[in-house]
Amino acid sequence: MLETLKLRIYQGQQFIKDIPNAQMREQFRGFPTIVDAQVDVGICPTGAISNNPLSIDMGKCTFCGACARKCSSIKFSNYYKLASTDRNKLIITPNMTGEEYNKVAFEVRKEIKKVFGKSLKLRQVSAGGCNGCEMELNACSNVNFDMGRFGIDFVASPRHADGIVITGPISENMAHALEDCYKSTPAPKIVVLCGACAISGGVFQNSTKLNRAFLEKYPIDLYIPGCPVHPLTFINAILDFISA
Amino acid sequence: MNWLITENKKRVNISEIPVLNFPNLREEIIKINKRVIGFFGKQEEENVRLFVVMADDIEGKLYISSSVFAKEEKEYESITQEIPAFHVFEREFYEEFGIEPKNHPWLKPMRNHKNDYKFFEMEGDEVHQVAVGPIHAGVIEPGHFRFMCHGEKIYDLEIQLGWQHRGVEELMISSPSNQLAESICGDSVIAYNLAYSNAMEALGDCEISNKAQLIRLIALEMERSAIHIGDLGAIAGDIAYLMGASIFGATRTLVINTMLEISGSRFGRGLITTGGVNFDIDKQLSEKIVSVLNKVATDVERTIKTMLKSPTVSSRLEKTGVVSEEQAKSLGLVGMAAKASGINLDSRFDFPDKWYQDVENRTIKAEGDVYSRTRLRYKEIKQSFHIIKKLLSKLETYNDEPMNVYVSSSKPDSFVISITEGWRGEVVHIALTDSQGNLSRYKIKDPSFNNWFALAMAVRNNGISDFPLCNKSFNLSYCGNDL
Repeated sequence: MLETLKLRIYQGQQFIKDIPNAQMREQFRGFPTIVDAQVDVGICPTGAISNNPLSIDMGKCTFCGACARKCSSIKFSNYYKLASTDRNKLIITPNMTGEEYNKVAFEVRKEIKKVFGKSLKLRQVSAGGCNGCEMELNACSNVNFDMGRFGIDFVASPRHADGIVITGPISENMAHALEDCYKSTPAPKIVVLCGACAISGGVFQNSTKLNRAFLEKYPIDLYIPGCPVHPLTFINAILDFISA
Repeated sequence: MNWLITENKKRVNISEIPVLNFPNLREEIIKINKRVIGFFGKQEEENVRLFVVMADDIEGKLYISSSVFAKEEKEYESITQEIPAFHVFEREFYEEFGIEPKNHPWLKPMRNHKNDYKFFEMEGDEVHQVAVGPIHAGVIEPGHFRFMCHGEKIYDLEIQLGWQHRGVEELMISSPSNQLAESICGDSVIAYNLAYSNAMEALGDCEISNKAQLIRLIALEMERSAIHIGDLGAIAGDIAYLMGASIFGATRTLVINTMLEISGSRFGRGLITTGGVNFDIDKQLSEKIVSVLNKVATDVERTIKTMLKSPTVSSRLEKTGVVSEEQAKSLGLVGMAAKASGINLDSRFDFPDKWYQDVENRTIKAEGDVYSRTRLRYKEIKQSFHIIKKLLSKLETYNDEPMNVYVSSSKPDSFVISITEGWRGEVVHIALTDSQGNLSRYKIKDPSFNNWFALAMAVRNNGISDFPLCNKSFNLSYCGNDL
């Protein structure tokens, strides 16, 4: 018992005190900053890059950094607030900074703040997810990130949830279960797409084993880019969403 | 010659691989008594060519042979009857090519879901079924578990997977990339990308720099230790030892944040590329890694010792979820699941490259229970740290070497087996090229492919409330199995 207490004291407090302003390591590949140029779009394995003007679709981007290594007009900053309520805003054009992007990325919806502002319970559905985003979503609840302090939690049943968080490109085999889960969640409810695979299919976009009809059928409220999504990206996305 | 004998990461010509008629091949497989690591088909116009790869873990050699099924040949005598470890390989081959293994004991679907599939059922007083999944209570991947229980005791568990199937092997042919390799199984980013890159380099007859080899293996061992630390936390969480869950969770963060400092990603995405690595480890970073690992080693040791000393912990871990050595051998388990049951399989040492040759590989006292799988993780964390420090000290010698070398295009009509020891066990990638040098078949075998059945065996006669603990002690991959 004494050993246990000593160990507890030795560990001290390790939580990140200020999540919205947490310092990210400079090596992190986050928000891409670009200057206009012609780039060989073939260097991107997920087809996230377009020319005229040069743009990067963060919904497709895996943040692998292959383009930045080949081309000096693309750089990845360590800015980690990447989410948006609008799919089209994920397409980044030249001369935009992360801070500017974050200011316009969220559409204000008063009812969201009113209904979910103080407590938001989410059900996660991995629909072909590789366990990368899933591990990072689990990390959101560890002692470092401690998402629960904001009243945001993952719950065991869709019946207890205010919304679902989808990871993975939505495999054919999971399409039915995903829809069941959505239908089992009581309204009002939100749908969050987490990671490049969920938003665009990511590296699996050309697979014949996917069924992404769910996304056509139901409204999507929040898009969180990443491969996988960093816990700070996820928690700040939800915080921005419910307090916008 | 009935077999072509080769080695890990060595290119051979497909034309050198013997073609036997199936009864002969079957007899040979049973006769040579090696461990199966590949049993897969390839469409060749109207025929299906079946390739078999057997591993000799003692000599570090790989045996390849094959057989051809003509269009009208739709069945063969199953090998599973003689060697149970083939059960899952034959099920997969049947599902993909419709060639039926006759007298297979349990030819259930692998990944293709059929609504009319009937689960194994038991009848009797107080016997009841519990169905779990595909969506689970936690934030984890999907799979379906069907328990046959008597009261709270599990008599039988049937596992149905395939929910994660994304058609990875086809994508590997149409659009292969390091990024795709990293996303096949996102908790083994380094292991998968390493297996893929090694395969592509072998197909191009290319040798990468010593420096790149070292950085890759440092990352592989960091991945292993980080996941093992996280798993110790998850095991602690499943027995409600919350201090362990918290501390191991925070300790794992230190390791993966160091990975972020190396590669810009907490899981090492973007680090490995075909031909080498994208990021260097300089002297300053090397010192930082050593100092982080020293702290992590102290924290892990202190926490695990405190944890395992507690009687409430050991009473939950000991003799829970036992897989005997005999069961493990006959099911063909690999990696951690095998080691915890006393079978010392580790491709780092069984098929060593030059960097692992002077690493000592001590075994643990293996009882096959959750406790053994917990102890094994602790042992492997320490071993990984030892290896990382050893490799870091060698890195300085190769300071002037390039991170990347040019990899020429893949040679035509070739066959390569690339085995990497991920944290779960052997990750096997087998790549074949056509006459143009393009990939024509890409076969992936995750260790979980062999090991899922072990979980079903482990939970028999345990309380159903211990299922999450047993499951976590294996921590098998859904997407690695489903592909």
